[in-house]
Amino acid sequence: MITDSLVLSALLFVIGTLGVLIRRNAIIMFLCIELMLNAVNLTFVALSRLVGIDGQLFVFFVMTVAAAEAAVGLAIIISIFRHYETVDVQSFNLLKW
Amino acid sequence: MSFPLGTVVALEGASGAAEATGFEPFLPGLVVLLPLLGFLANGALALAAGRRSADAVRAGGEWHLPETERPLTHTWPSLIGPGVLLAAFAVTLVNFVRMWGAELHEPVVIPYWTWLVTGTLEVAVAIQLDQLSMVMMLVVTGVGSLIHVFSVGYMRDDPGYPRYFTYLNLFVFFMLVLVMGASFPVMFVGWEGVGLCSYLLIGFWFRDREKADAGKKAFIVNRIGDVGFLLAMFLLFTTFGTLDFVPILERAPETLVYGGALVSAVTLFLLLGAAGKSAQIPLYVWLPDAMAGPTPVSALIHAATMVTAGVYMVARSSVLFALAPAGSLAVAGIGALTALFAATIALTQYDIKKVLAYSTVSQLGYMFLGVGVGAYTAGIFHLMTHAFFKALLFLGSGAVIHSMHHALHRTGRHLDAQDMRNMGGLARRMPVTWTTMWVGTLAIAGIWPLAGFFSKDEIIWYAGAAAGGPHASWYALFWMIALAAAALTAFYMTRMMLMTFHGGNRTGEEEARHLHEAPLTMSVPLVLLAAFSVFGGWINVPAALHDGWVGLFGALPMGEGLHHWLEPVVAAASEVRAEHVGAFHETAPLGGGELAWATFSTLLAAAVVAGTAAVASRWRIAPAAEAGEPTGGLRGLLYRKWYVDELYDHIIVRPVVATSRFLWRVVDAGIVDGIVNATGSVSRAFGLVGSVVQTGVLSTYAFVLTVGVVVVLAVMAL
Repeated sequence: MITDSLVLSALLFVIGTLGVLIRRNAIIMFLCIELMLNAVNLTFVALSRLVGIDGQLFVFFVMTVAAAEAAVGLAIIISIFRHYETVDVQSFNLLKW
Repeated sequence: MSFPLGTVVALEGASGAAEATGFEPFLPGLVVLLPLLGFLANGALALAAGRRSADAVRAGGEWHLPETERPLTHTWPSLIGPGVLLAAFAVTLVNFVRMWGAELHEPVVIPYWTWLVTGTLEVAVAIQLDQLSMVMMLVVTGVGSLIHVFSVGYMRDDPGYPRYFTYLNLFVFFMLVLVMGASFPVMFVGWEGVGLCSYLLIGFWFRDREKADAGKKAFIVNRIGDVGFLLAMFLLFTTFGTLDFVPILERAPETLVYGGALVSAVTLFLLLGAAGKSAQIPLYVWLPDAMAGPTPVSALIHAATMVTAGVYMVARSSVLFALAPAGSLAVAGIGALTALFAATIALTQYDIKKVLAYSTVSQLGYMFLGVGVGAYTAGIFHLMTHAFFKALLFLGSGAVIHSMHHALHRTGRHLDAQDMRNMGGLARRMPVTWTTMWVGTLAIAGIWPLAGFFSKDEIIWYAGAAAGGPHASWYALFWMIALAAAALTAFYMTRMMLMTFHGGNRTGEEEARHLHEAPLTMSVPLVLLAAFSVFGGWINVPAALHDGWVGLFGALPMGEGLHHWLEPVVAAASEVRAEHVGAFHETAPLGGGELAWATFSTLLAAAVVAGTAAVASRWRIAPAAEAGEPTGGLRGLLYRKWYVDELYDHIIVRPVVATSRFLWRVVDAGIVDGIVNATGSVSRAFGLVGSVVQTGVLSTYAFVLTVGVVVVLAVMAL
């Protein structure tokens, strides 16, 4: 039971990671990051069967922070879009020396 | 924790002596304090006047406002500057009278506060009152007062008038610190302070590049001498553990070996310091250039007071020099050589101030000869009389230059106002200056019974007397050199007087009408100094002359007055000499013979003056513009000052500049800066290599991050 949950969350995490690495659309990448977060959440919940309520409690924190992060992240993406009229991450490479 | 700096400390014993002789700290301190107050007051005025005088300089260099319309900043210094000096002179006289009454045998040391304490060295700011410092105080404040009064007339129209008196008052303050300080460090403070003021006043008209350079030259050459002074102080401190005069001079005869290496080194280092300050070979080159300053400055600093500091220093450390025959021989030798050498240069100069400058160097040589042969009183005596007649001659030349300058200014011609070839025939137009300067000339030439006769004659006699002791042939040589230089002195001074005041006028017809006698503020000091130049020598008439020559001076109460007065100061040195060499009167090869000798020397001087006058009055002198400079032969060699400046330029200045340029271009800019810059460029190169990885593409970063995480996890898992 717990093994299934952990395998599922591992699969979800790998999918999220690959999405971040491969996709070029900023919004998709963003969704993939959310996917990775939720994969971790699933691990927490699954493992809380073994170690107690702490894992489930932590999930709430992750969700709260993720919500805040989503707000900031989306705001950044919107402002980038206003500037470049695209959300393709290949087309903005100012983040260097 | 008690911190001794700035607290008033009464040293045991010293304050007791002060009470016993009736010298409370106030009156001697007031002598030093007054010029300092004058400096502060004039300094405030100078700061207030800064803007305005700068405007005046831009407008043309001189004030042409009537006196009543001038701002206060340019009228008050006339009162403050000479005022504080006259007050200081009055206070000095009070101190003098007290000392006269007290009949001191020990110096009075008055400590004010502890200046510095480091390890075993403790230096107090203290004044030493004894007969020697009193003579110096009287000369500095007395002659200083007259020169300050003269300055009012001479400098009144200068836009920098308040600044001038600021520096001049500061100079007198430092000079008094120099002569009144009770230890070598306090003396050194004054020593450096007068050097600073000398620099400021030589470069007083600093907009003129040449004058500013002359100031720098004086300052830098003096630094070389100061190294010697400092080294001597270090040696004295390691030997005695103190730097106060009284304990050092008291313990020197027991502590130091007569003629030993240590005392010889100390005296030679002191001599280097003295040679710098007193313009002796090889460090005399700054003094002739120092004539770039205003003429009263030349009179006060570069003739009467500051340049005699070296002589004072040797006389102050007389015991040390008496213990070091080699050091004394060096002092005497340098003095004699300088006396002759400078006199030869003075023979051919055309600038009236240059003649007097080389004459000063030459007379300082006599003083060194005096203190070098061990006749400390004679050296100080000549210092004093020289202060009178050389100040008189400089101020007289100042009056001449002032008059020339005004006349040329009226007609707008550009002639050298200091070149004697442009003068001539001034006697009728400036009778007071003419008369007084003749008095000074006869005094410096050594004509009986003027001041210079007694003092110079005494030095030459002592040099002859020293030829009976050790190093006899050297001293005999110095004696002959001094005699030759005395003849040259009579010649160049007479030549200067004739070229300036006699014959036809060469200034120009238009200008000649504007040549006029100096105002009262200038002529009164001249007359007073002339009186001193006549009578100043009478305080120290040798015993032989006192009674000889039909007892002409028998009526004077002060035969050998200065000898008696300075007896307590030089007693220790005389004892050392008497012990190791013998008294002068015993060793003199001529067996005394003062009377015959004095007759001979004054007749020699008189003959040279008369001969020169007879010959030179027939000279046909062309104005400077037509004459050009003498070249070739001995005359050209002397006119170019033996090419000493050029020699120094080649063997010292240029190598130093070349070395500095090497150190700058190769060592500093090349090696030191190279290392620093290499650090930067190597880091930069590494950075450039690293920056290739930094693409700015988000996906790459994410990929690298993931790889990194996987690697870390893999390492942890294994």
